[in-house]
Amino acid sequence: MRGYPKKLSVNFVASLAAVLVVGASFWQIWWSNRVEFNRDVRPILNKKCIVCHGGVKKNGGFSVLFREEALGKTKSGGPAIIPGHADQSEFIRRLTAHDPDERMPLDAEPLSEQEIATLTRWINQGAEWEDHWAYLPPNQALSPPEAGTGWAKNGIDRFVSQKLQTEKLTPAPEADLAVLHRRLSLDLTGLPPTPAEHARFRADRRPNAYEWEVDRLLASPAFGERWASLWLDLARYADSKGYEKDLPRTVWKYRDWVIDDFNHDMPFDQFTVEQLAGDRIRNRNGASPTESQLIATAFHRNTMANDEGGTNDEEFRNVALLDRVGTTWEVWQGTTMTCVQCHSHPYDPIRHEDFYRFAAYFNNTQDRDIYNEKPNFQSFEKAEKQHVARLFEWIETQLKPADRVRPAGRFPAEQRQSLLWNLGLRRLEAEDFDGASRHIELWDNQTTVMQTTDEAFLVYENVDLSGITGVSYRYYSGTPSSFIELHLDSLNGPLVSRAKTHSTEAKPNSAWFKWAVKFTETPASVTPTTGRHTVFLVFRKDLEFRTDLLHLDRIDFQSVSPVYANYPKAFQDSLERLRAIPAISTPILLERPAQKARRTHVFVRGNWLAPGAEVRGGLPAILARHLERPPQDRLAMARWLVSPENPLTARVMVNRFWEQLFGYGLVETPEDFGTQGFKPTHPELLDWLAVQFQRDLKWSMKKLLRLLVTSATYRQSAVVSKKLVARDPRNLLLARGPRVRLTAEQLRDQALAVSGLLNPTMHGPPVLPPSPLSGNWRNQPAGATHRRAVYTFWQRTNPYPSMVTFDSPKRDLCTSRRIRTNTPLQALTTLNDTVYVEAARHLAQRVSEGPGQSTRQQLSAGYEQVLLRKPSVAKLILLEKMYAEGLRHYREKPEQAALLLGEKSPNPDTPHRAALTLTANAILNLDEVLTK
Amino acid sequence: MNRIDHHTEARFAEAHFNTRRHFLKQSTLGLGALALGSLVHGCQTKTAPIPPVEGATESLNPLAVRAPQFAPKAKRVLFLHMEGAPSQLELFDFKPALAKLDGQPCPQSLLEGKRFAFIKGVPNMLGPQAKFAQHGASGAWLSEYFEHFPKVVDQVSFLKALHTDEFNHAPAQLFMHTGSPRLGRPSMGSWVTYGLGSENQNLPGFVVLVSGADPSAGKSVWGPGFLPTVYQGVQCRAKGDPVLYINNPAGVDTALRKRSIEVINQINELEHQQLGDPEILSRISQYELAYRMQAEVPETMNIADEPTWVHEWYGAKPGEASFANNCLLARKLLEKGVRFVQLFDRSWDHHGTDAGSGVDKGLRGNVLRTDKPVTALLQDLEQRGLLDDTLVVWGGEFGRTPMMENRDGNVHSNFKGRDHHTEAFTMWLAGGGIKKGFSWGETDEIGYYGVQGKTHIHDLQATILHLLGFDHEHLTFPFQGRNFRLTDVHGKVVREILA
Repeated sequence: MRGYPKKLSVNFVASLAAVLVVGASFWQIWWSNRVEFNRDVRPILNKKCIVCHGGVKKNGGFSVLFREEALGKTKSGGPAIIPGHADQSEFIRRLTAHDPDERMPLDAEPLSEQEIATLTRWINQGAEWEDHWAYLPPNQALSPPEAGTGWAKNGIDRFVSQKLQTEKLTPAPEADLAVLHRRLSLDLTGLPPTPAEHARFRADRRPNAYEWEVDRLLASPAFGERWASLWLDLARYADSKGYEKDLPRTVWKYRDWVIDDFNHDMPFDQFTVEQLAGDRIRNRNGASPTESQLIATAFHRNTMANDEGGTNDEEFRNVALLDRVGTTWEVWQGTTMTCVQCHSHPYDPIRHEDFYRFAAYFNNTQDRDIYNEKPNFQSFEKAEKQHVARLFEWIETQLKPADRVRPAGRFPAEQRQSLLWNLGLRRLEAEDFDGASRHIELWDNQTTVMQTTDEAFLVYENVDLSGITGVSYRYYSGTPSSFIELHLDSLNGPLVSRAKTHSTEAKPNSAWFKWAVKFTETPASVTPTTGRHTVFLVFRKDLEFRTDLLHLDRIDFQSVSPVYANYPKAFQDSLERLRAIPAISTPILLERPAQKARRTHVFVRGNWLAPGAEVRGGLPAILARHLERPPQDRLAMARWLVSPENPLTARVMVNRFWEQLFGYGLVETPEDFGTQGFKPTHPELLDWLAVQFQRDLKWSMKKLLRLLVTSATYRQSAVVSKKLVARDPRNLLLARGPRVRLTAEQLRDQALAVSGLLNPTMHGPPVLPPSPLSGNWRNQPAGATHRRAVYTFWQRTNPYPSMVTFDSPKRDLCTSRRIRTNTPLQALTTLNDTVYVEAARHLAQRVSEGPGQSTRQQLSAGYEQVLLRKPSVAKLILLEKMYAEGLRHYREKPEQAALLLGEKSPNPDTPHRAALTLTANAILNLDEVLTK
Repeated sequence: MNRIDHHTEARFAEAHFNTRRHFLKQSTLGLGALALGSLVHGCQTKTAPIPPVEGATESLNPLAVRAPQFAPKAKRVLFLHMEGAPSQLELFDFKPALAKLDGQPCPQSLLEGKRFAFIKGVPNMLGPQAKFAQHGASGAWLSEYFEHFPKVVDQVSFLKALHTDEFNHAPAQLFMHTGSPRLGRPSMGSWVTYGLGSENQNLPGFVVLVSGADPSAGKSVWGPGFLPTVYQGVQCRAKGDPVLYINNPAGVDTALRKRSIEVINQINELEHQQLGDPEILSRISQYELAYRMQAEVPETMNIADEPTWVHEWYGAKPGEASFANNCLLARKLLEKGVRFVQLFDRSWDHHGTDAGSGVDKGLRGNVLRTDKPVTALLQDLEQRGLLDDTLVVWGGEFGRTPMMENRDGNVHSNFKGRDHHTEAFTMWLAGGGIKKGFSWGETDEIGYYGVQGKTHIHDLQATILHLLGFDHEHLTFPFQGRNFRLTDVHGKVVREILA
């Protein structure tokens, strides 16, 4: 680059003089010529300049991402942009240079004359920057325009109507009642209304019957089950841990938490704070977090975990940490942060170190990618909780005063552990280790420890060894003999116990994967010691080396005179019963103590092995500079996200709900509100809704949805003319009602519901409906396979096939939007998947048992059962033809009919029922059924 | 189906309301717009965007054929992955010097700063367990384990100085197929079908065939990552439905199914007349496609109809999930225009923890099982004229150490095993755009490091995409604010092996 000419601008002085002459009218002209950065300039910079002069590359030392950088010195020594002086700005000169080596953009189309003129005027007007719209707070005073009178039902419609007027379009009439009712019910509860519900709604003559129906649906428990899916995609909820092993993870209590809190309409601010920092909340009177608040923090424990032997736990802890940053930004701020892991954001004003400052909020949690997912919250289901309480009470009455020690802990499971330990039952489950050597893995459905090769070890922290004189190990093994050593406080610490193990196989062998699960116990003495220690359990080979010496199940510590031994057998039995009550273990967030706090460093180019400068918790300047007290810790950060100072959260959330109902968001890229995302189609509507949600509706998600679905905009018919399709194919102008294909969950649930198969049981462990990809997805209690899709076991590396076929994500990472596809594999699924065939069979049975007498009536009833309206004559004739052909076929081949019905042998009405089933299968495949 | 070609009509409808500019703007939103939008979106280097080929794009079908960025040498890919990592030192990379070092302790300089999966302390060197001889006009050194491969060795180019970043199976497999050791990225076959679509709409565009258990990285090695799920590999199975739900329910025959799809589509047409939503046309065409797939997939997957001499040639036995059967199936699939066929064979992990799992007996057994079908497959592709535009890739996820594995710290084990090795291993390529009878890259005299023509996994991936007509830096997809690509931010085409 060359230096800059130093001559003064005469243009500016001249125009200033002119202005003085023109006087008052100046402002008018000036403003009308005023270049707006966001409207006029940013699009040019983003399209033509920012790739080489932005957050990633700053060629020539010049970047247009921040004003201070754009006006700062470049490599050639001077600034490229001199505000007020386009003619002296190298920036403009280079856009118009003739020399191809000089002219920008290099090796690409030059800017148009108009673009150069815009940039010139902008520099002459002072080269002012404007924040991107999404970083500016929404206008609190905004009110809906005077438009759409006579049609509008609420503020939404007034904004929509205004836009339609400028586009010279008119809204569509209200949808047919059956279509609208089905749309509403599927949207709010994920299930279609039953014909009885629809009849009631139709008969309701109250002027606000629709609003009453909305309220009924919002109050349905099915509401939470439907809306949880939206949140679980964002939370990357799965029932397995991902990576190579992809072992099951028990975290369904979090899924139930989400369902329940949607149902209870927990305000979104509380919903946010509990999930991001529920463990840090102090309730009224300084009370510690409740069980529910702790379970909520599992939101960020849904990160993947790597259990493959030989992988580095710290590496994968960091992967999870960085994922928490990216996910938090995508979910609440609609901002993509992944790129900032390695370098400053290429397009948005977020710097590389901002990522790590934010990571510091999360970097001090106790979890660290170990097998047992510690820290976990142990909870009991209702019946178990009562059982524990009864036993506790009884044990308390039996204990002599001297033996009564108040059990430690706030929650029943902790208290149980404490009570048993105090009474002398001191057990460690082998898989409950706090640390392990390389290659240690779990076996037997994660209940035993394997890869116990020579020198492998396990670590258990904080074990109270006072009074302990013995230990016994429960294991099975095919190794003739080996040793288990106990060392205190370090791998080479004092050896306090050494047990010699033996083989449980008839003939010792090295085929560890074939060993029979025949447990044995081997005791050993322990050199007495006192106090709490970190215990190192080291495995040693004896004469023979094996890649696996034994499979260890558990460790029992003993003292010479345990308390329980002084009580009768009945008492001891009750302790065993207490011990056996199963608890549910949910991974949660807990903070490490301040004195052990981890330091956070910038990772150079995103590489965790290349730590750069140390950073503390903080926010990107673009969002924090207005704050008096920027958040210092995780809890404060969570509160900031839902504070009035945050310009993004409410907009992003409102947009998500909109997208779920209308098919596309007001901002079409819900994952990206930055400068590379789409601009809102109705910016004022978006802002008005955001203010409504946050301020007027006090973050109530149900009230927000009520506002959306009671609008005339939502209630429009989806019938569309060719002309309008041509003009607005994706209905962004909203001149008609939404019409989109159902989600994977809605499709499955609908088929089960209309056929009467749906099992409405809520909550609990995930269920495994039959999957052709896995033979063991079948052993379920009757009816469990017909639970709603939200309860289906979500295995990351092997997801339930029909979910993925219908565009659900794999949930390895946070997903804001399911991109809808339309493929032949989808058709094959709804035609042939067993659950859809079963649904067709039951739908057929339902109508054949119904009041309709003739086949025609039965077919019509089948259609109406699903779509709540009678088929048109033309459609009914087609269905009848289908049935007739089926009947002819099955009369000729009754054994085929029996096969379709899953019956052993045909009887006289088998062909009829089979033909009905075939027709029901066709009904369930109609576009109008797959679509809402 | 009788009167309509809804596919055409749907395309027409879409073209009607999409001006080109509008279409580009949709970039990340629905259907066919995806590929083109993102291709353009990704073209953000200092060179001008590569213009997509006219007329190749505007379609509702995400698997419609799309032209690549420049004229391709190969139209389809066959990737033969020997899961577990075969030993280059017993198969292709002949190291007489290593034989002399057999049984000597490994020099400390080779161990410093290295991470091994199982080697501890100081292991001994292990000489080649196979004899080698030169074959073909190219004089390629090949292991005595191969009985058939010498017949086709003049067809291939070896890469003998490959190296990777990962020394555990699962991450290394993910790295080979997705360009990243972690879950979440699209696999190579997904990228390719996303970029090129599928030539045969009645079959999946990306088919995976597995012999032995699934690879240890699981199904993610053919997963779509963040690409739309329509681009994921479809695992065709030897038992049950070859493609999920391809078979009608019991009691529904083909004629009835045809009739029911007709009725479904006729009712959908009525619905379209009433509502005007063009998505209904798209649905109609997908049901037609589904019906055609139902006919074509089982027919293609059935190898029993091939003549006996073909079965013998490949060593195939209908009804088994064997590698030989999969090779024959692969030929049928490629012939029918499937874009990307991937075979996994397990397991080639020769640690030598017992007598049958070493690079002697164990590896020899694996070669015995696969040598004949691989050779037949290359010959068959050649004789059918398919090899000219089919790229064949053979290899594992990493290599094996010149040291003997000493898992028990016992350097005198009778079992001859080798540990995982990332620094040097061999793969071969053949077919569309590849030099014949060539070898590129050399390792040092014990086969520990590459010393010339070193090729990284990302280079291999860049080369594969190049042969298909893509600049690997321009085949991208925007996700989480970044334009992702198969080769991350690396990769250089290995021009030396291009014909």
